[in-house]
Amino acid sequence: MRWHKRGDTFAGYAFIAPWLAGFVVFTLGPMVVSFGASFSSWTMLSPPTWVGAENYQRMVSDDPLFTASLLNTAYYAAVSVPLGTVLALLLALLLHRRLPGMGMFRTVFFLPSITNLVAVSILWIWIFNPEYGLLNGALRLVGLGAPLWLQSETWAKPALILMSLWSVGGSMVIFLAALQGVPPELYEAAALDGAGPMHRFFAITIPMISPAIFFSVVVGLIGGFQVFTQAFVMTGTAQPGTEGGPNNATLFVVLYLYKKAFQEFKIGYASALAWVVFFLILVFTQLQRRFARKWVYYESGEQ
Amino acid sequence: MTHDGPRGHTFVHTALWTAVIYVLLSVLSVAFLAPFAWMLSVSVHDLPGVFAQPFRWVPDPVRWNNFAEVTTLFPFWRYALNTAVITGLTLAGTLLSCSLAAFGFARIRFRGRDTLFAVCLATMMLPGQVTMIPLYMLFSALGWVDTYLPLIVPAFFGSPFYIFLLRQFFLTIPKEYDEAAMLDGAGRLRIYWSIVLPLARPALATVALFTFIGTWNDFFGPLIYLNSPELATLTLGLNMLKAQIVGTGATQWHLLMAGSVLIMIPNVVAFLLAQKQFLKGIAIGGLRG
Repeated sequence: MRWHKRGDTFAGYAFIAPWLAGFVVFTLGPMVVSFGASFSSWTMLSPPTWVGAENYQRMVSDDPLFTASLLNTAYYAAVSVPLGTVLALLLALLLHRRLPGMGMFRTVFFLPSITNLVAVSILWIWIFNPEYGLLNGALRLVGLGAPLWLQSETWAKPALILMSLWSVGGSMVIFLAALQGVPPELYEAAALDGAGPMHRFFAITIPMISPAIFFSVVVGLIGGFQVFTQAFVMTGTAQPGTEGGPNNATLFVVLYLYKKAFQEFKIGYASALAWVVFFLILVFTQLQRRFARKWVYYESGEQ
Repeated sequence: MTHDGPRGHTFVHTALWTAVIYVLLSVLSVAFLAPFAWMLSVSVHDLPGVFAQPFRWVPDPVRWNNFAEVTTLFPFWRYALNTAVITGLTLAGTLLSCSLAAFGFARIRFRGRDTLFAVCLATMMLPGQVTMIPLYMLFSALGWVDTYLPLIVPAFFGSPFYIFLLRQFFLTIPKEYDEAAMLDGAGRLRIYWSIVLPLARPALATVALFTFIGTWNDFFGPLIYLNSPELATLTLGLNMLKAQIVGTGATQWHLLMAGSVLIMIPNVVAFLLAQKQFLKGIAIGGLRG
């Protein structure tokens, strides 16, 4: 190559050295330790002893809380991601036309997704208050029932899902950028061929922005599987250890992991949980990726 | 630009469609703004007013004093300073380490570069939970627990997403600049500092904003690493205040809301000032596919 020089290898490694060192010390090393720890019985007080796959076996056969947390997480991700994607797409489609005031509307829809999640969680505890909260006030106004939300086993998860819809701004921005990349000629040609708005939407818009939809769904699922802060701040009583209530209805996998690691100090078991989370995310991403090849349209030359 | 075709849509049709869009946007805006409005309203009530039925959106009198009062309920200014120190150092570390790595990946050809960059990208998707426990033990062994070091030091060792973002931007800066500078005898560091960094200001601003908002709002890191109350960040402090207030009879929601409002202000201001950079960064990240 034209600018390939002898000193380049040294210079290259010198520039990436901080990242490389960080990768080894803060990522690769901990991954190896974590993997080993997941096959051990290890508390903060006692040294690790090798127990083989016992942690994983216990998870599958003898830990109803783990099963519950997995089901809770699956419920949360399976409902919040599709709903959030549809809402984000709707917002992006509405904002896509170059009409006056669109920048202001975009700011309004995006703002919730950058605000402090603990502050937002505290706000929503009060919004979900069955008696005095904003939500039930509005529901009563239109004559609908007023659930107990966070205090109800049935409604606690829907409450958190509803709250998650408030922060779809990130996906909306990604969809907006994708919509702007669709060549207008396609719509003009389709209109000349007599295609109606619905037909154009499903035959042009959706296929053209499918990579953005795919990306947003995968990132949403990964985020959904890692939901923690809302559940930690909003559920249970003020006593430590009660998070994830009522009756473990909002005990999500990462919250369960946190409790095992930092409240019960079960390092080995918590490490095994972490690897299960990682594995699930990995499988999901790969399945989606394979599925995506069939229906996602990538313009040639792009990955 | 509308995508309505040249045929089949009269002026009236288009005007009607525009009206429908504005109505929908307005309804959705009310829904998105209502929680913020409610928070602001509750934050200037007195306690009986919070529980009054029906709720009055504009209380009389408006109690601005709640904002001053909440800063005495917990060491607000101390926590603000703590958060600012952590955020400032994290910002410096992230910008430096990520731009260095991005320069290496974007502008120097060396053996193993593409493999290492693929490794860097792969770690972008790695959930933090996998490394969290060993990292905690590492920092614990180093005696770093209950200090700011676990929150700050890793920032000086790069962050995959920001390295990726900066590398993409660096690739768009013509290589001829480097070659010309090299003919003049400039070294790599000089090219990095005097040519690439100044040209990459928009991308650096995007990274700075993401880092600022992410660090300012971080909850999990402070939660597991900081034990001493006087070391807490604003986010951690607000959660401690909530735990202290909730469950003690009539919860002082007006003060909790006032505290929440105060914590949100820096984010909102930073976002409004640099909205374009921010949205662009998200779009770049998303369009990678």
